[in-house]
Amino acid sequence: SPLAAEPLGLGRPATPEEVAVWDIDVRPDGLGLPEGSGDVATGDGIYTEKCSACHGVFGEGAGRWPVLAGGQGSLTDARPVKTVGSYWPYLSTVFDYVHRAMPFGDAQSLTDDEVYAITAYLLYLNDEVDEDFVLSSENFTEARLPNEEGFVPDDRMEIEFPAFSKEPCMTDCKPEVEITMRAAVLDVTPEETAAKEAAEKAE
Amino acid sequence: MTEENHNGPSRRAFLTGAGAVAAGTLAGKASAETDPAIAIKPWMQELGDGVDVSPYGMPSPYEEDVKRRTVEWLTADPVSSINFTPIHALDGTITPNGVCFERHHSGVAKVDPAEHRLMINGLVDRELIFTMEDLMRFPRENHVYFLECAANSGMEWRGSQLNGVQFTHGMIHNVEYTGIPLRLLLEEAGVKTEGKWLLAEGADAAAMSRSIPMEKALDDCLVAFKMNGEALRPEQGYPVRLVVPGWEGNMWVKWLRRLEVGDQPWHHREETSKYTDLLDDGTARRFTWEMDAKSVVTSPSPQAPITHGPGPTVLTGLAWSGRGTIPRVDVTIDGGITWHKARMSGPSTPKALHRFYYDFEWDGSPLLVQSRAHDSTGYVQPTKDQLREMRGLNSIYHNNGIQTWAVDADGKAENVEIS
Repeated sequence: SPLAAEPLGLGRPATPEEVAVWDIDVRPDGLGLPEGSGDVATGDGIYTEKCSACHGVFGEGAGRWPVLAGGQGSLTDARPVKTVGSYWPYLSTVFDYVHRAMPFGDAQSLTDDEVYAITAYLLYLNDEVDEDFVLSSENFTEARLPNEEGFVPDDRMEIEFPAFSKEPCMTDCKPEVEITMRAAVLDVTPEETAAKEAAEKAE
Repeated sequence: MTEENHNGPSRRAFLTGAGAVAAGTLAGKASAETDPAIAIKPWMQELGDGVDVSPYGMPSPYEEDVKRRTVEWLTADPVSSINFTPIHALDGTITPNGVCFERHHSGVAKVDPAEHRLMINGLVDRELIFTMEDLMRFPRENHVYFLECAANSGMEWRGSQLNGVQFTHGMIHNVEYTGIPLRLLLEEAGVKTEGKWLLAEGADAAAMSRSIPMEKALDDCLVAFKMNGEALRPEQGYPVRLVVPGWEGNMWVKWLRRLEVGDQPWHHREETSKYTDLLDDGTARRFTWEMDAKSVVTSPSPQAPITHGPGPTVLTGLAWSGRGTIPRVDVTIDGGITWHKARMSGPSTPKALHRFYYDFEWDGSPLLVQSRAHDSTGYVQPTKDQLREMRGLNSIYHNNGIQTWAVDADGKAENVEIS
């Protein structure tokens, strides 16, 4: 180990069985994928029953719940639609997240095969595979999402820091100032009696 | 402004007070020149609560405005949602535990500490399991850090939207953590040479998970079990959470149950779909961990108007940086034509909130108030327009642009943008 310090001897060894209960994470290279498979049609059935109430029959999202499909090519639009098909870089994230955290309110209730099937169905909803597609631990890493190359490293220190580290103006910085936008025009802030009273007291 | 309005607050307060005195024992001695508060009040005569009435105390009922608030339309559901710290009403730097903002993805996990375990697995010499009792036997440290949600001020990217500093800047808190340096726990397990990344995972139903580079994990991260001296609040991760100083709040995994060492990042949902910052050209920055230098005037602000009329006025606010300390804050009251160096007050430690003041004589004319933080790296807080020029309008997270409040002649303040 590169860390030289003497252990204190606290804690106890984790058994492989215990690690298996909690360690369900999956990486883009497929590390962590369980054995199993599922097809689009099976995924359709599970999705309709357990997912569509929030995410919409076609992954379009109900109310403010997340949109899962569509939006391809919208990332430079004024209002981008960021979905599995339009934005997510890796299919492994779909499998991992559905497995660990969905359905909302009944997490970790899906079997490995059910998660494969739902993942296959989400690929289908995003026009990435045909209706007879079968996703499995064997072919998983061959499936790629369109926006895999869409992500860049954090370059704030190279791009922004030089522009934002100059000694700023302190006096006579501009001839005049104008208000260009007001929050009160939108009027979407929650009304709170006490806060409102405090504001009115100043009137 | 009319004369009557100008005298409004003090006159109203006087009349209310006079009514109360009239019902009291000294009514006959009250006169127009005597402050009715100068009287024998009930609390000067009656007995107050005994020491057994309030084993765990709450603020005065007169402070009921100082509370967390939410904005219902922001999220689909209150369980995966956000609320806001009432920073308009706080002072100093430490956030009281009961009003620290909350952000959950599957609600507040109700964890029994006797049944909580922390597992370390993956690329380590020894995969380990700790009970809370085990964790309490490690050497511990105390540090004050801010925790700012990556989405703080995110609703303001397109312009002024929410009219209150609690809503525009209140996804932040600053407390003293007691915890174990994460380095000590990793040393206990023995990180293998190829172990370059750490996955932190929570015990809630969202099983929140984030990839953290090993350099950060070994640097200043803590596995914390106390905040401001007492156990973590359930909504802050009781019994144990990760503290990732200076970095976006999402990574501060609550109800921490597992740390896995790996040789690559996991690219989980909260670092791909979420907490990536879409730029104008359609690409998105990933792993934007640090929270850049930022500040805001908390008073005057829309929820904290000037009610006392012209004369000596205290302007105050908060400044912070995920990259170090805040040696300087500049303040303007004329929309940035003239700037003044604010007075820093109180503790000034890295990656923590700093309090500033600007004491000035208000002449009663409208103000355009801004603050501008400088951090110890030389970074100066940008304007919103400077940020938009770099990133566009759709990056959601990491909005640290300068905030403007327009204060009118009555002392009322509004969230605005200016030229």
